[in-house]
Amino acid sequence: MLGMLRGLWNYRNFVVTSIRNEFIARFSRSKLGGLWMIIHPLAQVAIYALILSNVLGAKLPGIDNKYAYALYLMAGMLAWNLFAEVVSRCLSLFIEQGNLMKKMSFPRITLPVIVVGSALLNNLLLFIAVITVFAILGQSPSVQMLWLLPLTLAVIALAVGIGLILGVLNVFLRDIGQVVPIILQVWFWFTPIVYSVNIIPDYIKGSLSANPMYPIVTAYHDVLVYERTPDLNEAGIITVVALVLMVIGLFMFRRASAEMVDSL
Amino acid sequence: MSLVNVSNLGKAYRSYRSEWQRIARWFFIPLKPSAEHWILEGVSFTIEAGEAIGIVGKNGAGKSTLLKMITGTLQPTQGNVQINGRISAILELGMGFNPELTGRQNVLHVAGLMGFSSEQIEAVMPEIEAFAEIGEYFDSHVRTYSSGMQMRIAFAVATAFRPDVLIVDEALSVGDAYFQAKCYKRISEFKEQGTALILVSHSPGDVVKHCERAIMLKDGRVEMDGPSRDVTNRYLDELFGKKAQLKAVSAEVDQQLSEQMLASDADEFHTRPGYRKEEYRWGHQGATILDYLTVSEGVQYPSQIESNSPVDFYFKVRFDQNCESVVPGFLIKTLEGIFLYGTNSFLAGKGTDEISAKAGEIKVFRFSVPMHLNDGHYLVSFGVSSGNPLQELQPLDRRYDSVLLKVNRSMQFSGIVDMQSSFSECGRHLEVLSK
Repeated sequence: MLGMLRGLWNYRNFVVTSIRNEFIARFSRSKLGGLWMIIHPLAQVAIYALILSNVLGAKLPGIDNKYAYALYLMAGMLAWNLFAEVVSRCLSLFIEQGNLMKKMSFPRITLPVIVVGSALLNNLLLFIAVITVFAILGQSPSVQMLWLLPLTLAVIALAVGIGLILGVLNVFLRDIGQVVPIILQVWFWFTPIVYSVNIIPDYIKGSLSANPMYPIVTAYHDVLVYERTPDLNEAGIITVVALVLMVIGLFMFRRASAEMVDSL
Repeated sequence: MSLVNVSNLGKAYRSYRSEWQRIARWFFIPLKPSAEHWILEGVSFTIEAGEAIGIVGKNGAGKSTLLKMITGTLQPTQGNVQINGRISAILELGMGFNPELTGRQNVLHVAGLMGFSSEQIEAVMPEIEAFAEIGEYFDSHVRTYSSGMQMRIAFAVATAFRPDVLIVDEALSVGDAYFQAKCYKRISEFKEQGTALILVSHSPGDVVKHCERAIMLKDGRVEMDGPSRDVTNRYLDELFGKKAQLKAVSAEVDQQLSEQMLASDADEFHTRPGYRKEEYRWGHQGATILDYLTVSEGVQYPSQIESNSPVDFYFKVRFDQNCESVVPGFLIKTLEGIFLYGTNSFLAGKGTDEISAKAGEIKVFRFSVPMHLNDGHYLVSFGVSSGNPLQELQPLDRRYDSVLLKVNRSMQFSGIVDMQSSFSECGRHLEVLSK
């Protein structure tokens, strides 16, 4: 474990340039270049805000603001996008980087770290877009938003844990790579992101507690939409679960490292 | 203490009845794999500082597996590799390169992949740029590069900091002759400072030129470890199948050999060492070239022929129709297809009597040629025609480029054909010095 961290530290330059290169490569042949990094999330958020509030007139019970539903949706998306991006990229990470792992000797742990780094950067840009649009819609940033720091870490821990476990298994059982995107879709609709938790029939509500993303998304809602302190109890439990998953993921990653290169 | 110490190294790929069994093993559940497939077994050797070692072996002999374990990307199943120093490996051209980035950005990235900090890389960036010599392309996207240019950058980065062990796997072969020479010059400078080189090449010439020692792998084991000249000869024998070799001793070699060849009337051409299945065969039929034999200095089917030594090319033809006059022919070309020398029985036999053949008859012909050629590979064609050599010939069977021949020459001249020039200093004029 200590060796892993030391390897990571020695290769910090590689991690940083990899993240930067990923963005450079993505926009390398476009005129606006880096501007697209902010245009994409802004457009996404603006479309939700305008269409849902003005055209569909969707309202959120309990809040007066005409744009409340859009705010609610964006807060949920902020959490879910980060989670889904890290999980789905970890899923195919080792298969995509297989040739590199076979031909170059470097600490493999840098690969998931690069994924997390670039996902965090994407998430930060989305967050900037969200608060910009929030501010325009009349919801100014509050101190409660500081809760997003630990919450983001919890999402990352959960996503890395699940992503590493699935990513390692995917090298040996390729069906996992096919089935997980479907599960992620179902999971998305099973989490109150697009809808409010109040509209769920009671008999399903109980099973929501089995969804680790539910407390996290709720905490994002609390912080961003309702501007109140999240339920620390629930969020705490999820953080513990996430950390346990992450340890299992790292453990499997370590145990499978050698065989992974054989199978790739 | 040796720089590289490989002891009893082995690699097996394990398969399980179900992948879940493999996964269960990570959690310390003792399950036996259903099959083990050994790629490499019991490989041991050491490499000292400043030593250059060539690794040769057929495809699938385990060369890449061995290199990957020395580099550290692959974990050995048995034994271990101990390396006392930093290793730098070029296992694949352009590994880690991103085509959407410029050469300069890729240098930073790949050097990062090798564990260097940006400051360290920036410090040697001018040297890398100068060494690669690709001019303005250094700041263009790598997707616009030729493979030779990629190799220039890859080599420049891999050797930007002197490694203790440098591994090069074939990658240099895409560079042009100028840059290859430059690479080898840098390698030899490193060697003087104590870097060990491990070179994998399919060109025995390169191995002999750059390595004092070579290791030949065969079926995952060390077949031979010794001076590179001996090992590459052994490797070439292996490639071109010297097993079928017999020493011809008698003075009536010709007689014996033609009897040997006439012993069977089967079509065995394609089973002989050096046969190329890419041959171009055509003709009006009426005769079939069944077999061939090359003999040089008493050795049948030599894996390589020393330049300027005489070679006998025998070939066996079955005639399927009566022919008043048949003309066997022989042609030698370069790999690029340049005709070096072509002749036939009429030309080479200086007007000997016409050869006639009856249907069902089998004949053996021989062309004897001194190999006045430079080091390299050559293509040999055989043919048989009917008709009058002074007028028009009807090709019966022609097997173009059907045999690959390796000519060996340690002291190479420039060009292809050894015109066997002699040289002397003839006469000089002495100024009478006045005292």
